[in-house]
Amino acid sequence: MQQIQSVIPRRRATRSTRFNGGTIFTYICLFLWSLTTIYPLFWLVNNSFKLSRDVMNNSFTIAISPVLTNYTTAFDRINIGKSYVNSLIMSVSTVLLVLIMGGLAAYVIARFRFRGRSVLYSILVATLLIPSFSTVVPVYELLIKWGIVNTYWGLILPHTASNLTFAILVISGYMATIPKDLEDAAFMDGCNRLNMFSRVFLPISRPVFASASIFVFLWAYNDLFSALIFVNKDSVRPIVALLSEISSQYGTDFGLMASAVSITIIPILVVYLFIQRYIEKGLTEGAIKG
Amino acid sequence: MKGDKKYIFLFLLPAAIMMTTFVYYPFFKSFYLSFFRTTGFFDKKYVGLDNYERLFSDGLLGAATLHTLEIMLYVIIFQVGLALVLAVMVDSIRWGKTFFRTVFFFPIVISGAAISLLFVLIYNFQFGLLNGALESLGFDKVLWLSENSALKSVAIPTVWHYVGFYFILFLTAMSKIPSDFYEAAKLEGITGIKKTLYLTIPLILSDIKVVLTLAITGTLKVFDFVWILTRGQNQTEVLGTYMYKKALIDLNFGYGSTIAVYIVAFGVILSIVTNRLLKKEEITY
Repeated sequence: MQQIQSVIPRRRATRSTRFNGGTIFTYICLFLWSLTTIYPLFWLVNNSFKLSRDVMNNSFTIAISPVLTNYTTAFDRINIGKSYVNSLIMSVSTVLLVLIMGGLAAYVIARFRFRGRSVLYSILVATLLIPSFSTVVPVYELLIKWGIVNTYWGLILPHTASNLTFAILVISGYMATIPKDLEDAAFMDGCNRLNMFSRVFLPISRPVFASASIFVFLWAYNDLFSALIFVNKDSVRPIVALLSEISSQYGTDFGLMASAVSITIIPILVVYLFIQRYIEKGLTEGAIKG
Repeated sequence: MKGDKKYIFLFLLPAAIMMTTFVYYPFFKSFYLSFFRTTGFFDKKYVGLDNYERLFSDGLLGAATLHTLEIMLYVIIFQVGLALVLAVMVDSIRWGKTFFRTVFFFPIVISGAAISLLFVLIYNFQFGLLNGALESLGFDKVLWLSENSALKSVAIPTVWHYVGFYFILFLTAMSKIPSDFYEAAKLEGITGIKKTLYLTIPLILSDIKVVLTLAITGTLKVFDFVWILTRGQNQTEVLGTYMYKKALIDLNFGYGSTIAVYIVAFGVILSIVTNRLLKKEEITY
């Protein structure tokens, strides 16, 4: 069952501020781990500003006179900009569809009493156990039959369907905690169910919509498996599939590889730094408990 | 409320259509296809349990299963273990919590494909980060993706990628333990490691269970790292890449679907076992 967890920070018993051996050891460990998450990124970006020759000879030196060759190659020769746009179009569409469809379904599951509700809920939880490996072949067949392989819809539709389960569970978990009085008051004012959804539940549930959209975006943007199969033509290829292509085609052009990976991850990291608090909020408030 | 039926139907319909078309129907169709021998899309012949017989005598599938299980072991020990240790550590410090939370989450926002490519560069024999470091310390270079070590080399980015995710889940669980528990422990003189072992960990056991289930079933979906780093060569084939090769490169949909059914069954069994093994009363504060 799901349970909504509050994020109110709790005060702990006051601890002494004096640093002892244990604390220093703790900090050393934590800094070492953060080094593993920061240094490779720095190393990567740094090398993306060097010529491949220099990457090979001294990858640790700092690029004092940065060259942009790799970046111009990435945009001119492998057309990374196009893939970027493809990725954004498909991921954003997926997020929008998931939020609309998932939001409506979550509202029903959280706030309506009807027969078969708990069965529906159990089916949803069980759906989490269906990996995309077990749906890919028939989906591929369908897409071919409809002629939408290698079109944007060819990835948007399967991605929307596979992210709906997560979104419905998380959003309905949040909506279930909204006080009933609010609903009653809205009824008094003559709200019907649709208005109730758009005027009451949607605004109140904004935090969970925000965090659900972040995760759906990340999963859609980062999913290599479906991208390789459903949209693998140059004109619609998203950036993850392009990265896979680069590793096999340009596996020796190290500067180019470094710049391609940098281009893929830096914007996402920057956005992450800005919206980071929503991610944690979503994880904590909408956590599904087993 | 009056007229609710109409809204229940209307609101559920879009999601229901989507999921039936792209999840439930394909899922059952896969099961159906697993009883056929196929060539291409439209030519198929019913063969009964032939595919399943092949499944159990398929040495490559056995190897892929073992490799997946080995990665799963690393994931349980290192990914979940490290996440727990880091969460205990961050929970105990006063200064820099936000910094560590932010930084530890970095890898999760990066796609597996990008991380794999990053590790292609890190593992590179000539100039890679690791061999560069080894050389400057006076050691010999190592062939990281050779047959002996490739699976471990693939497991490292797999583990590294999601440590931060479970770390945040653990940290959240810990922040919900009421402070009275710690105050009582302090009065009894229970601190440090003892406090962690006898107080914190038992109190977040249900969260540990959830994380273990997520981590174990997640390992069955490993694909990106193996595909980009080794293409499944050098003893690194896992269930995901093997299924992809059979179904979508050899275009053997029948047998590919059989492997998919096997992966689902494997996942269901593993999550039931995990939940049985860790069955314990839930704690409510």
